[in-house]
Amino acid sequence: MITEELVREHNLSPEEYARIRKILGREPNLVELGIFSAMWSEHCSYKSSRVHLKTLPTSGPRVLQGPGENAGVVDIGDGLAVAFKMESHNHPSYIEPYQGAATGVGGILRDIFTMGARPLASLDSLRFGALSAPRMKHLVDGVVRGIAGYGNCIGIPTLGGETTFHPAYDGNILVNVMNVGLLAKDRIFRGRAEGAGNPVVYVGSKTGRDGIHGATMASEEFAGDETKQKRPTVQVGDPFTEKLLMEACLELFQTDAVVGIQDMGAAGLTSSSFEMAGRAGSGVEIDLSKVPVREEGMTPYEIMLSESQERMLLVARRDRLDEVLGIFHKWELDAVEIGKVTNSGRVVLFFGGKIVADLPAAPLSDEAPLYDRPRVAPTPAPPGKWVSEAEPSDYGDCLRRILASPNVAEKSWIWTQYDHMVQTNTVERPGGDAAIVRIKGTSKALAIKSDVNPFFCALDPYRGGAIAVAEAARSIACTGARPLAITDCLNFGSPEKPEVMGQFEAAVRGISDACRALEIPVVSGNVSFYNETDGRAIPPTPTIGMVGLLDDVEKRLRLPFRRDGDLVALLGTTRDELGGSEFLRTIRGRDDGPCPEVDLDAEHRLVELMVSLAQGGLLDSAHDVSDGGLAVALAECAMKKGMGAEIALEVGGVRPSAALFGESTGRVIVTYPPEAQAAVPAAAKKAGVPFAHIGRVGGPALRVAIGKKVFIDEKVAALAQIWTTAFAEAMEAADVL
Amino acid sequence: MKFAIVVFPGSNCDQDCYHIAKDLLDCEAEYVWHHETDLKGADTVILPGGFAYGDYLRAGALARFSPVMDSVAKFAKDGGPVLGICNGFQVLLEAGLLPGAMRVNRGLRYVCRDVFLKVENVETPFTRLYEPGSVVKMPIGHMEGNYTAPPDVLDALAREKRIVFRYCDAKGAATDAANPNGAANGIAGICNAGGNVVGLMPHPDRCAEGLLGNDAGRKMFESVVSALAVR
Repeated sequence: MITEELVREHNLSPEEYARIRKILGREPNLVELGIFSAMWSEHCSYKSSRVHLKTLPTSGPRVLQGPGENAGVVDIGDGLAVAFKMESHNHPSYIEPYQGAATGVGGILRDIFTMGARPLASLDSLRFGALSAPRMKHLVDGVVRGIAGYGNCIGIPTLGGETTFHPAYDGNILVNVMNVGLLAKDRIFRGRAEGAGNPVVYVGSKTGRDGIHGATMASEEFAGDETKQKRPTVQVGDPFTEKLLMEACLELFQTDAVVGIQDMGAAGLTSSSFEMAGRAGSGVEIDLSKVPVREEGMTPYEIMLSESQERMLLVARRDRLDEVLGIFHKWELDAVEIGKVTNSGRVVLFFGGKIVADLPAAPLSDEAPLYDRPRVAPTPAPPGKWVSEAEPSDYGDCLRRILASPNVAEKSWIWTQYDHMVQTNTVERPGGDAAIVRIKGTSKALAIKSDVNPFFCALDPYRGGAIAVAEAARSIACTGARPLAITDCLNFGSPEKPEVMGQFEAAVRGISDACRALEIPVVSGNVSFYNETDGRAIPPTPTIGMVGLLDDVEKRLRLPFRRDGDLVALLGTTRDELGGSEFLRTIRGRDDGPCPEVDLDAEHRLVELMVSLAQGGLLDSAHDVSDGGLAVALAECAMKKGMGAEIALEVGGVRPSAALFGESTGRVIVTYPPEAQAAVPAAAKKAGVPFAHIGRVGGPALRVAIGKKVFIDEKVAALAQIWTTAFAEAMEAADVL
Repeated sequence: MKFAIVVFPGSNCDQDCYHIAKDLLDCEAEYVWHHETDLKGADTVILPGGFAYGDYLRAGALARFSPVMDSVAKFAKDGGPVLGICNGFQVLLEAGLLPGAMRVNRGLRYVCRDVFLKVENVETPFTRLYEPGSVVKMPIGHMEGNYTAPPDVLDALAREKRIVFRYCDAKGAATDAANPNGAANGIAGICNAGGNVVGLMPHPDRCAEGLLGNDAGRKMFESVVSALAVR
């Protein structure tokens, strides 16, 4: 008997329950209610986000698979393709950081190798609260160890990402993990249950009672001390089993024995069986008594809703079943035929000889509730106090303090814990504008970047979303690579709040406009709502993961100043902007607006220019100007190889603090040998990109003048000492973990 | 010249070693699955890096029971060159083909970064092309590289010149600050009494091509090719 209370406990509204009864023409039983609850959770159904996600551009000449599958796939030529996606594991990571983050890595890897791709590289995009907040160092330490523990063991390099700290994340940290895999373009595998009579095979770890209703948990906000009660819904990762599963699947994909395959991720056996049948328009019959379980007495309800890790559901060709089972057994994995494909359009579940659920397949996903939730358009933050504030007295001191801030300081404390070299494809190690991995057997390489500035998004979600795309593209282009496509991972508060929904709509519109302007399609994505605690939502955080292609890895651009006497130029326009800057946060202790402007057409021209400058071999280095502004970007170029520069800026009406530390978008620092002093500005002019020659590389100091007055004069070695040690010192300081 | 690359289920640098042998050195190379006992006529055996059996217990503790390890032991006893890299070194220790054991790094964290090594023994088949006493840069990537052994074993290793690589700074000084994991006497790699079995924690397989920014490790593979050509 389904009571109102049971419906509520399953996080279903009375209207949703009425819809269930209408679809079935009867009351569901408890197993069926659990299935609906999981499939219609925000996490699985995207019920609040779909109307907005539909507006994103998803097609392009290179797109082989857009959103809707385990991962997006893009053609990179030479018969090869890349599959990639980013996913969040926010809620579990806040409750149990090690396992939460570890299983986040495991989940995204399965999404990638399920498509038939061998995972090449992971990036992680992390948001934490203030390091001084309760539990925060414990969370940072646990998340980093979790990502390392899983990725290192399975042997997929983690090439960095980004890490941000702000008190707005004190109650909800974000763990977004992206993976990129390589596959043959004509061997893409999809999650489809086709061919009536074909066997449905369960492979991988046994099913346990862990993570039951994890997807539902991720669709609720935290309140008070609830993190303690929710512990049992966090799953435990087993990277060794995943390694076996990955190798077995990749071996299996060399055969033609597989019809379809899907990861048992969120909502486990429920989502995989219903989605595979739903996509193919078929049905399946599954005998739950055949599912390998960890303990006796597990009920059909628990088996269907478990989120035990490292499991896959696949459909094999009937005549090749033995071959399939043989490969899994070679890797010492459980692989069991648990059912078959039918033409019924229904998912029928048996247990102990009895039918325990009989549901139509397609309606569970196709007819899931779709909400165009009420929303309040966000008001962009107005200019803050900085507009009329006195200029700082010591700009060098400001630079040193910003370099030491956790957001800007070098994060080798984090990435030296990640194996970033396994597979021997890492051409540029973490710390550059984008990670670069070569494609063995070709001259090509991929540039990979994850990016969003949540501070900008908080001030203006539309611009923040657009800037995230533009900045990722700029970073990719600063390696000489051409942006190919993006995956998005949209982290927001509760969609039931009109303010949050307004932020979401605006951010998605910003992403959409930027993608159109820059001609970069969205091929996969993930939405994480309900990132709030006690009614306080995180800043809108639409993380963008972008992949770019370098046709010739030898022509890549690097970040550091490399040659004494090289000329330094600034591309793009510096405006009188300090809103959202690290300068304001670190020096003034405020998050004033407004969000910097963004000119998407100018960003597009800049990307095209960088790609052509790289192909022409004109540059010695390139670096995107972002967090911390021009002074920090120059310092980063200088510190990597300990090579200084003499810089003189002409800034017009821009105040010195904004010229040095403002975060105007659309800017890149380039260096080139004197022989190219005519060619580079000519190329910029032709491309329609503002160009300013600002100085020369050389000497032990970074000296920055505006007009004739020197504002910054710092020994590069001293800056590097601060920048490279500040974060480790903050983490290792003797206060509690 | 043929390399056998042993593959435990959790090996993850097997393909990296294969790439060097086959694509860079143009040698024959074959994977040998841990259940197999036939080394397929190989002239050299490599135990690659990774997490042989997940290493939830202790790195390499289960791998030594694999059927292939009996064949590797016999191959080593007959003087065949065997190289254990990182997890492969851990397996060689657990299997008793090299003395000593690994503990968790003294920083209690996984460490992936470049270190400097002093090449202290150029008599082995894997180091003969290096200059004696030269300093080379190689990356490490491990959680358990804190080498330890009883005092008499450490003495014997030093006396018999069986310390092949020692952690040092860029100038070659074996300081404590240059030791990334706390290994006894700064030991990064050792060999057996015959010199034909070498194990090291750093990854020569990750620095064998200029494109990756460093090719200092390539000589280890070229050394064994040249050693066998001489023989």
